[in-house]
Amino acid sequence: MSFEPFLAFFLIRYLRKSLKTFSPDPQWNRILTISMYCVVALFILDIIFHIEPVTIWIWHISLLFIAWLTFNQPKFSNTRNVIYAVLPLVILSTGTDLVKAIRISLYNNLHTYFGFGFAVAITWMFAMLIRSNKQQKALEKERKKTQEKEERNKFIAAQKDQLEILVAARTAELTKQKEELQHAIADLKATQTQLIQSEKMASLGELTAGIAHEIQNPLNFVNNFSEVNTELIEELKTEIKAGNIEEVILIANDIKDNEQKINHHGKRADAIVKGMLQHSRTTTGQKEPTDINALVDEYLRLSYHGLRAKDKSFNAIMLTYFDETLEKINVIPQDLGRVVLNLFTNAFYSLKEKQLLDLENYRPTVSVSTKVLKPAIKGMIVEIRIRDNGVGIPKEVLDKIFQPFFTTKPTGQGTGLGLSLSFDIITKGHGGKMEVETKEGEYAEFIIQLPK
Amino acid sequence: MKILVVDDETDMETLFQQRFRREIREKVVEFVFADSGERALYYLDQHNHEAVLILSDINMPGMSGLQLLQKIKQKFENPPPIVMMITAYGDAENYSQAMKLGADDFLTKPLDFNLLKEKLKAIQ
Repeated sequence: MSFEPFLAFFLIRYLRKSLKTFSPDPQWNRILTISMYCVVALFILDIIFHIEPVTIWIWHISLLFIAWLTFNQPKFSNTRNVIYAVLPLVILSTGTDLVKAIRISLYNNLHTYFGFGFAVAITWMFAMLIRSNKQQKALEKERKKTQEKEERNKFIAAQKDQLEILVAARTAELTKQKEELQHAIADLKATQTQLIQSEKMASLGELTAGIAHEIQNPLNFVNNFSEVNTELIEELKTEIKAGNIEEVILIANDIKDNEQKINHHGKRADAIVKGMLQHSRTTTGQKEPTDINALVDEYLRLSYHGLRAKDKSFNAIMLTYFDETLEKINVIPQDLGRVVLNLFTNAFYSLKEKQLLDLENYRPTVSVSTKVLKPAIKGMIVEIRIRDNGVGIPKEVLDKIFQPFFTTKPTGQGTGLGLSLSFDIITKGHGGKMEVETKEGEYAEFIIQLPK
Repeated sequence: MKILVVDDETDMETLFQQRFRREIREKVVEFVFADSGERALYYLDQHNHEAVLILSDINMPGMSGLQLLQKIKQKFENPPPIVMMITAYGDAENYSQAMKLGADDFLTKPLDFNLLKEKLKAIQ
């Protein structure tokens, strides 16, 4: 009875296990399994039929073959350590049997050496196996670590994928929302443009009646004076026939004066029409040298008569304090016109409100002044003050009056855009300042400062 | 006959003087002008009963023509001056209010001077 069958069985099993863990190969696995069965079968046959002289050689060849296999097949390189451990024993055993078979006398002579050799080979085997086992364990540990790491990486990668899907979904959602918001903004901008236009048209509507009155007056003069001139010319003819030279010269002078008046009132009407056209025109945004006094005066009259045309019982005192040293400054006339028109309309509205209170000795007054600021205060060179002694502005709404859509007027009477647009025109459009001073129930004064 | 014309348009003065040049020369009429209701009242206070006829615009800054009419009719009696209102807005509301306040006549701008002359003749 020898150790070879056990060694063969153990080695094959070891090869199979190592193959399974490091580089699975179904074909080799099958071969090795069959080999294991063969080893067991051969071992049983050996015991039953006592054919040891034959089987011993099969075991030797098998073991050497296994050793050869591990050195030639890269698949089994992992098992080499174990083969190193058993190889001396296998070779020694094979050699001993060879010597025994060839010359038994030689074996008998060398018997002690073989015994010693076996002892060394077995010691070597155990030492190597222990070492290999240790290495194997370390390797296994390392392998497990790598595997864990890989698994963790896989897990992280999976999570990352999931996150990316989530992020993509959220991004799509946000993009959609952004697009929706952009649409909303575009809609709002369109609405704003429409509102600004309608605010402009509303103020033009307020102006129309005033403009009609303002044009009617000069036209009346034009008609009346030209009629007078027709009469005077008839008289002139009579006087010439009578030879009354002095009277002729007198009448001729009157005709000339009247012509000048006709011309003056014609120009007045012309200026009003031009002003109206300017107001209705889309603003060019072009600044041009403008006579602020004339502009303010014109809109004061227009807004007053506009209101008068709507409410004939309304009456107010208008005071103007124009700084005659004021030179033309660069402004957008249509825009500034809209601002002062808006302020005057508000002022008159406030006077009307106060008139409703039926106060004793109330004299509704709107006053406007212009002033050249010397020295220029913070770069501001011109100041326009528009003041009314109407109802004033309550404290609680004072900080809201320049906000868009804020209005104290009943629904339908104001867009709530007048002052906010005015504020924008002065501050953004002209780089100026717009402020208000007020005392509730007493007065409101809007102060505009414009840079040169 | 002294006529007080009240209108904030100062060119009305020239217009009246030209239109009535013959009458003025012949001293049939005499014109006095005031460019506001307040000035008109002041004049009437200073020259009581001199002006027989007052021609007033309604639409004026400060005291309106209608307020002036009311004051004249309250203040000046025995005999009250004749007051004719002139307005660019020949609307029913102004007319009825003027009449309620005691206006003697109501004229619209542009003034028809021939019609005015006829009315003056009727007064004289």
